[in-house]
Amino acid sequence: MFVRTALLVLRKDVAIELKSREILYTTLLFALSCVLIFSIAFVKQGEPLEDAAAGILWIAIEFAGTLALGRTFERERYAETLRALLLAPSSRAAIYVGKVLGILALLAVVEVLLVPLVALLFHAPLFSAPLLLVGLLATGTVGFGAVGALFAAMLVRARSRDVMLPILLYPITIPVMIAGVRGTAALLQDPPDAATVTMWIAILAAFDVVFVTLSLWTFEPVMTE
Amino acid sequence: MQVSPPDVTVDFTNVQLVDVSRHFGRRRALAKVSLTAASGDIVGLLGPNGAGKSTLIGVLATLAAPTSGEVRYGGRTATAIGAPLRARIGLLAHELFLYPELTARQNLAFFAQLYGLDAAALVPAALERAGLAERADDDVSGFSRGMRQRLALERALLHQPRLVLFDEPFTGLDDRAVSLVADRLREIADAGAIVVLATHDLDVADGLVTRAAMIKGGRLVADEPAVAGLRARYRAVVGSA
Repeated sequence: MFVRTALLVLRKDVAIELKSREILYTTLLFALSCVLIFSIAFVKQGEPLEDAAAGILWIAIEFAGTLALGRTFERERYAETLRALLLAPSSRAAIYVGKVLGILALLAVVEVLLVPLVALLFHAPLFSAPLLLVGLLATGTVGFGAVGALFAAMLVRARSRDVMLPILLYPITIPVMIAGVRGTAALLQDPPDAATVTMWIAILAAFDVVFVTLSLWTFEPVMTE
Repeated sequence: MQVSPPDVTVDFTNVQLVDVSRHFGRRRALAKVSLTAASGDIVGLLGPNGAGKSTLIGVLATLAAPTSGEVRYGGRTATAIGAPLRARIGLLAHELFLYPELTARQNLAFFAQLYGLDAAALVPAALERAGLAERADDDVSGFSRGMRQRLALERALLHQPRLVLFDEPFTGLDDRAVSLVADRLREIADAGAIVVLATHDLDVADGLVTRAAMIKGGRLVADEPAVAGLRARYRAVVGSA
């Protein structure tokens, strides 16, 4: 029942997004604009600042992710459908998992376009160790999405949710940003510093385990008014 | 996707609120409300705006926890029963719990599956009852308020809940739609459901509800069998209607 409910929520979110493409286009445009503007500032005479690519990649993911989180839960607020989901006779944590999976799917699409663009504009050898790159992006995105979905759900009925979401989310996800940026910077070394990247992936994985567990545990009580 | 029937082992024939209070910070939304509703009852929760009707509906729906007191579903609390209890509760609120981007059919199918029901068997009949069979594949965003309300009603009743909660279900409806919703409400009460209807539309409630529970400032000020002339009674108990 748990997995079925989570997959139903994911499938519903994908169906809505495929119809409207509203969040995907907004998020993509924002992320790509962000990278383009930074490339104008940080690439001088064809030479980017050292490690700029690592920071800009993760800033674009975090900002675009925040936008996607807000819009995804705004959709559930519009006709109070989140309350209908919470009334389903399965674990309320399954609803949370379904929403997180939707966010992750959306951010995965954004990252598929974002990474080659950053590699191109910043002459960054991001694909020199593709498995390590996927490991960094996957663990970092899961950590960000897991915490973000919990906060976005908690704030769905708050008047100042658009302001409160980044205020709550960014301090908590600082470890994700640090690990993501430092891991990506190690990946950009010539040759890539695999040991350092692996260490940062392990830190991100530990963050994911802690925060996914906490979120699953707290989702039901925080969503019960 | 594999579907399984809803957990019908959780059943009850009455719902009892025992000294239920609910505070939001320092604001008291409900104060020691005690009320019992039984199978076949249509209990009208009547009161002015801000009286605590929606909070009470939220507490009954398990969406809000009482600050003190408890709600017993056939003698057991929501905590004791757990998630399967929600398979026996249907809620229709002023906000309709429908995804405007999805079609009427997709909305009903999604909620049917969420309750572990066979969507292919249930959805066509529900669309028929809502009078929307011909608009089944249209997006809900293009529907009128009345059409959405009828669809939302069927969504709330798809899983044949034992406890049916309506929070201002007549808002924005024309006379014909009000009459259709009221008829459906009588039908489900006759079938043995416990119906709790929060409304400030006394004209509709008069002749529809079997019991009147009047709330003012979070307090239950009357709980009595409904009689003709509900407006006059309401005025006497609560104040101006």
